[in-house]
Amino acid sequence: MATTPAPASTRPDGDRMIVNMGPSHPVTHGTLHIVLELEGEFIVKATPNIGYLHRGVEKLGENLSYQQFIPLTDRLNYCSSLMNNVGYTLAVEKLLGIQDPPRSQVLRVLCSELARIGDHLVCIGINAVDIGAFTAFLYLFKERETIYDLFEMMAGQRLHSSFTRIGGLFRDIPAEFEPLCEQFLESCPRTVDEMESLLTHNPIWADRTKGVGAITPENAISWGYTGPCLRAAGVPQDLRKAQPYLGYESYEFDIPVATTGDIYDRYLVRTEEMRQSLRIVRQCLDRLRQIGPGPVIIEDYKIALPPKEKVYTRMESLIHHFKLIMHGMEMPVGEVYGATEAANGELGFYIVSHGAKSPYRIHVRPPCYPIFNSFDEQVRGRIIADAVAVLGGMNVIAGELDR
Amino acid sequence: MVTERIDAQLPGAVLDRHAFRGDETVVVAGERFLEVVDFIFGEGFQLLVDVTAVDLETRDPRFDVVYHFLNLASQARLRIKLPVAEAAPVPSLVSRFKSADWAEREVFDLFGIPFEGHPNLKRLLMWEDFPGHPLRKDFPLDGGDPFCSQDIGASYAPEARTLNP
Repeated sequence: MATTPAPASTRPDGDRMIVNMGPSHPVTHGTLHIVLELEGEFIVKATPNIGYLHRGVEKLGENLSYQQFIPLTDRLNYCSSLMNNVGYTLAVEKLLGIQDPPRSQVLRVLCSELARIGDHLVCIGINAVDIGAFTAFLYLFKERETIYDLFEMMAGQRLHSSFTRIGGLFRDIPAEFEPLCEQFLESCPRTVDEMESLLTHNPIWADRTKGVGAITPENAISWGYTGPCLRAAGVPQDLRKAQPYLGYESYEFDIPVATTGDIYDRYLVRTEEMRQSLRIVRQCLDRLRQIGPGPVIIEDYKIALPPKEKVYTRMESLIHHFKLIMHGMEMPVGEVYGATEAANGELGFYIVSHGAKSPYRIHVRPPCYPIFNSFDEQVRGRIIADAVAVLGGMNVIAGELDR
Repeated sequence: MVTERIDAQLPGAVLDRHAFRGDETVVVAGERFLEVVDFIFGEGFQLLVDVTAVDLETRDPRFDVVYHFLNLASQARLRIKLPVAEAAPVPSLVSRFKSADWAEREVFDLFGIPFEGHPNLKRLLMWEDFPGHPLRKDFPLDGGDPFCSQDIGASYAPEARTLNP
């Protein structure tokens, strides 16, 4: 079914049918609109129409202080908000030329990898549901629930975590975190295995995904693909290995790479990435035990707020607190581009500072934006059901797409 | 370094350069831009990561169009900045990089910078008859009067430009 070629267009143009997919449609996961031009069952043109979730994040960022921008990053990729927090604070820290304490670095890696697992669980689960395989979704979302419980312990919130601060984290993890995380490390691999037994050798799943959305490495690079979609096409590009940050070079993990770039390969890459992320989480927990308790935010009170008990008892800390809230940090003049490997690919923040309290210009480079740009090419000559599979395999998150 | 090779191969193309926190930036003259892009493409900078712009308002020329390139082989990054005046066209990169398609449309949409040679230069995030370009510094923060119920000039007053006027 999936490999049926499109017929050579013999019909006159007037025979085309226009189908609107979205803006509110079960497969669009967020609000996006695709205008499909059909000839019979086959798509001859797909025009994505985006911007329904445009909030003007970049414009707001120009008028907020650097700390105030952190909650806005939660809402970019809302399936893995912790990773956006980490990416943004790393970009600001690059601008400032500072590094967070070792314990905070390990915790940032830990929460990034948990968020990556959560994101991939959603992506695969939803992709399967869209195609008609409902069961895998239920297994996967049980694990996602545990991940959100862990996030709640860390940050106090499940979805919009705002966990990081410039120079570290806003608090350490509680004592109950570790037992639950250990439990998660036990149960998650089993769930991934269960999911694989439901999907990997499932002939219907293979029929619907193999060959759909296939892309050559050269083409994927030209489209600006990053992340699992690029690795599925055979390019072993992962910023955690290629341009390590947060000490990723000291963790043991592998980068899965596939060959054809189709939806099935993207699924396999994401599945293996979850297993690799679990390996990293394991190493993080061991390291946290090794490092022991310690500061999770730098003690430079011109950048990070002093602890509350000091603010209430010491004059100097109160002044620091007041200065930081009212006047912000002393920022250097310059521009940086900070990129991290988010679940979908390269998440970049381009920040131009003129030395003021708020950035002069802040730009977000969302990973799924260039990937979704190629949607027309990916579905042209295919049937609507393939468009659904491709949309799920791209993991388009409207929050980061429209900003 | 690629910046030195650009200088050696295309003398006079680079107007200015700086490196800050390890980010290499070259400022390129508009008429030499495509030559520089073709040269660095041959050097391996084949992933166009991002296109954006900065509105410098009081400077002449007013805008900087900012391109981020990545070399997958050496993992080097390069930022190219192109100073352009208001309404001056910028050569489009769509024929060289497919990812330039939406990236340039977004810059056109939010800054009003036209790209010459773009096959489908339409608004992307805002709707077709939206008045003005939101990321310009003189665009009001509250969004102005997008449905044109009043004269649009009124909402461009200086006090409409910050969160806490």
